[in-house]
Amino acid sequence: MNRALALIPVGLFAALLVSFYFALGRDPTHIPSVLIDKPLPGFSLPGVAAGTPGLSSHDLRGQPILLNVFGSWCISCVQEHPMLMELAREGVVIDGIDWRDQAIDGAKWLDQNGNPYARVGNDKTGRTGIDLGVTGAPETFVVDARGRVRYKQIGPIDSDTWNNTLLPLLKKLRSES
Amino acid sequence: MTAEIGQYSLILAFLVALVETAACLVGAGLRDRALMALGRTASFLQLAFVGGAFIALAASFVNNDFSVTLVAEHSNTTQPLVYRFAGTWGSHEGSMLLWVLILSLYSAALALFGTRLRETLQARVLGVQSFVASAFLGFSLFTSNPFARISPAPIDGAELNPLLQDPGLVFHPPILYLGYVGFSMAFAFAIAALIEGRVDAAWARWIRPWVLGSWIFLTIGIAAGSWWSYYTLGWGGWWFWDPVENVSLMPWLIGTALLHSSLALERRGALVSWTILLAILTFSLSLIGTFLVRSGVISSVHAFAVDPERGIYILGIIAALTGSALVLYAWRVPAMRSGAMFQAISREGAITLNNLFLITLTATVFVGTFYSVFIKDGQGISVGPPYYNLTFIPLAVPLLLLVSFGPMMNWKRGDAGEVVRRLRWPILGALFLFGIFTAIFGIARAGAMAGVALGLFLIFGAFAVLASRWRFGVQGVAHRIWSTPLPIWGLALAHAGLGITTIGISAMSAFQTNVVVQMTPGQAVDLAGSRVTLDSIAHVQGPNYEADRAFFNVESSFGTRELVSEKRFFPVSQTPMTKAGIGMGIFGNTYISVGDRANDGSIVVRMWDHPFVDWIWAGAVFMALGGMISLSDRRVRVGAAQKAELPAGATQTI
Amino acid sequence: MKRVSLILLAFMAFAAPAFAVLPSEQLSDPKLEARARHISQELRCVVCQNQTIDDSDAPLAHDLRMILRERLLAGDTDEQAKAYLVKRYGTYVLLKPPFQANTLLLWLGPFLVLIAGGALVGLYLMGRGRLAAPSELSADERARLNTLLETPE
Repeated sequence: MNRALALIPVGLFAALLVSFYFALGRDPTHIPSVLIDKPLPGFSLPGVAAGTPGLSSHDLRGQPILLNVFGSWCISCVQEHPMLMELAREGVVIDGIDWRDQAIDGAKWLDQNGNPYARVGNDKTGRTGIDLGVTGAPETFVVDARGRVRYKQIGPIDSDTWNNTLLPLLKKLRSES
Repeated sequence: MTAEIGQYSLILAFLVALVETAACLVGAGLRDRALMALGRTASFLQLAFVGGAFIALAASFVNNDFSVTLVAEHSNTTQPLVYRFAGTWGSHEGSMLLWVLILSLYSAALALFGTRLRETLQARVLGVQSFVASAFLGFSLFTSNPFARISPAPIDGAELNPLLQDPGLVFHPPILYLGYVGFSMAFAFAIAALIEGRVDAAWARWIRPWVLGSWIFLTIGIAAGSWWSYYTLGWGGWWFWDPVENVSLMPWLIGTALLHSSLALERRGALVSWTILLAILTFSLSLIGTFLVRSGVISSVHAFAVDPERGIYILGIIAALTGSALVLYAWRVPAMRSGAMFQAISREGAITLNNLFLITLTATVFVGTFYSVFIKDGQGISVGPPYYNLTFIPLAVPLLLLVSFGPMMNWKRGDAGEVVRRLRWPILGALFLFGIFTAIFGIARAGAMAGVALGLFLIFGAFAVLASRWRFGVQGVAHRIWSTPLPIWGLALAHAGLGITTIGISAMSAFQTNVVVQMTPGQAVDLAGSRVTLDSIAHVQGPNYEADRAFFNVESSFGTRELVSEKRFFPVSQTPMTKAGIGMGIFGNTYISVGDRANDGSIVVRMWDHPFVDWIWAGAVFMALGGMISLSDRRVRVGAAQKAELPAGATQTI
Repeated sequence: MKRVSLILLAFMAFAAPAFAVLPSEQLSDPKLEARARHISQELRCVVCQNQTIDDSDAPLAHDLRMILRERLLAGDTDEQAKAYLVKRYGTYVLLKPPFQANTLLLWLGPFLVLIAGGALVGLYLMGRGRLAAPSELSADERARLNTLLETPE
């Protein structure tokens, strides 16, 4: 048998090992957002309680902000909430979408846990979330001053993701605008 | 205390495996009989210690010792005894222990029964086996210790996933692993041959029974897994092209190739280096399957709790085992004596073609399963059933078409015209039936009918193998039937089984029907010629669940029968589960599963008519049975190195 | 991974576990419904591990099934209805990956393996066949054969 031929399996196998090695750290359930660097799709949502303002895609202009998707049914959101309250106190503008939720439940949840949001829109049918490509709550979009999505955080924001990913990005976006 | 005994056993097993590896490989190199004997003894010790560890873990599960973390996370006092026991391998750590236990069983079997094997060859095979064992024992100890304790111990444990609390869990993993791990023997034989730089008749005779045995287990294991998901998931799917299913299919496909090439090697001394490569690849695909299930690189319904760290370790094991095997292969094989010669049109040629298609099919499943790993931004690509329907099936059809021709060929030099002549009745019969079926069921189903006809061709072809030996009409038929060698029976049965499976799959794809309705007791619905009536709904209490139990009455032309489906709820793990009611029959199953009950007393009912679905698994049973019959003959021959070669003129036999 | 189970848990708390394809979801037009079932068997549920939206009982899969049926009622072709979801979730939702630059190897790979393997097998068999054909004995061999035949054991 030819020696060159006998080396083919070794070569293929080495390439395979390298691919596997680099795949190890990746989360296969992480679905990349198709909205990155694209404008937010248009939406207009009512507020969670009578008299409170709603949220529309036009409100998200002028400065970089966080757009957080939550729901009163969502367990991880409770875990994330103190972090959002902290950020709001520090002056970060956060808008919220109360996703797949009754407005009254959303309002009650915010009463109980505190309200870190500048504006909150109630997405009862969940369709706005689907337009945004939301797969679960919490998810957080970073939207720049021109209303374009620059990043999507899947899962709760903790101090690690905030300090290493979101804060540097927001700083960069602020200097852009 | 039990857990500590298990822990020490596991550590001792690890050390013994290391000693065994060294004793066997060094002993064989130096031809030191004492060292090689030590290696053999060590393989029994290793089995004893791994067995001890396994029994200790099983005892912890059965006795509800929740101070063991693994037990606390995967078992609960409300679970029936049999599922507490089977829970031993219902988790990553426990299943790894089962994996090593089976590996040790195979090693010990070789040490016990391989006494007629050349001593150095036996020692080298055992050495490779124990090297594999030490790698996985180390993996268990350092990254997935099953005996880790938890303090304080919880009063009760978290429940084993209710979907796993099923007889399927008792049988499926051990049988599947007997198949997966069994291919390590072929791997070890291949490495031993490469170390020695030669393949002799004894080697060829010895590798085949191990390959055949593993293949039988893997066939049953995969079929059992498919049947399990069919009845347990509540929606009647039998194959989903899920990554975890695919990694069991790949060793089966390439193991089937190995099964055939090792036949050419055993009978004719052909395809030597190719068989060695297949032996390495088959076990490597088993290892890669282990990596995929436990590393989290691919998302799957059945993946174990994953941990990249474990992924690194298994990747290291694969790199060491497969990597060194392939390097050894590239180094040694060019210098080895090449196999016996044959012409393109011959039994060996047919086996080569069979291998080509099986390799292509394996590659198809491999590319589909791992594609997202290979490319950048791979997470954006999903590879699902439609992909395999467009690639795997078109590539499988030519293979199935060729199956019947192979056994009709002579070894070394065949005659294509003669083979076609001998197969004329199966060919004409299948074509005729294809025409009839298409006329009856319409041109829209021609594809599926072609599949059914293909399956029939396989069955006819298998019978033709027997008929052409028996030569009906010539005197002495009874004697020739009686004296048909067992391997011929095995071959015919296995190929016919493949045909039966093909018919099942084709009929399912063409005629499956599904109805989803909201039903109140007393209401009746028509389903594919049957009338299904919901008789009543009762609320029942199971051992560790509560359920809505719905009673159905199914009237068809075959008679009336009662089917029961349950919507179960397991309070401990807060998990719902559906128990389907399945009315089985040769021509198809009626499959009913109930959903949530509405406030008005009605209930959601999904029902299917699954024509010929049982044929899919029945075919697999026939394949395995064929393998067993073949093996039962071979067992006598194993190790009979002093027995003369086949008498001249016996080339006609398998 | 952990987050996924959290999401699932969250959904479970949100809605009692529903069932894949509920009677109430189905369209009255059997033709449209059959199309909807067919398409939803080719769409991947985005919150589950590896299921179609047709098989999944996740609430989001339910929403997507509803959207799909709305699109069909609105007159979308199968391709348009799928494109609607791809626009939101990317090609990830397609269980049949599109034929494009980064899936070339996926779609063509198996056939390339067959062709390359076929070429190797062909070369191998041709070589083998030549060797297997009984060749004339060389003068040397004939001489040795003669001596062997003439000399008794």
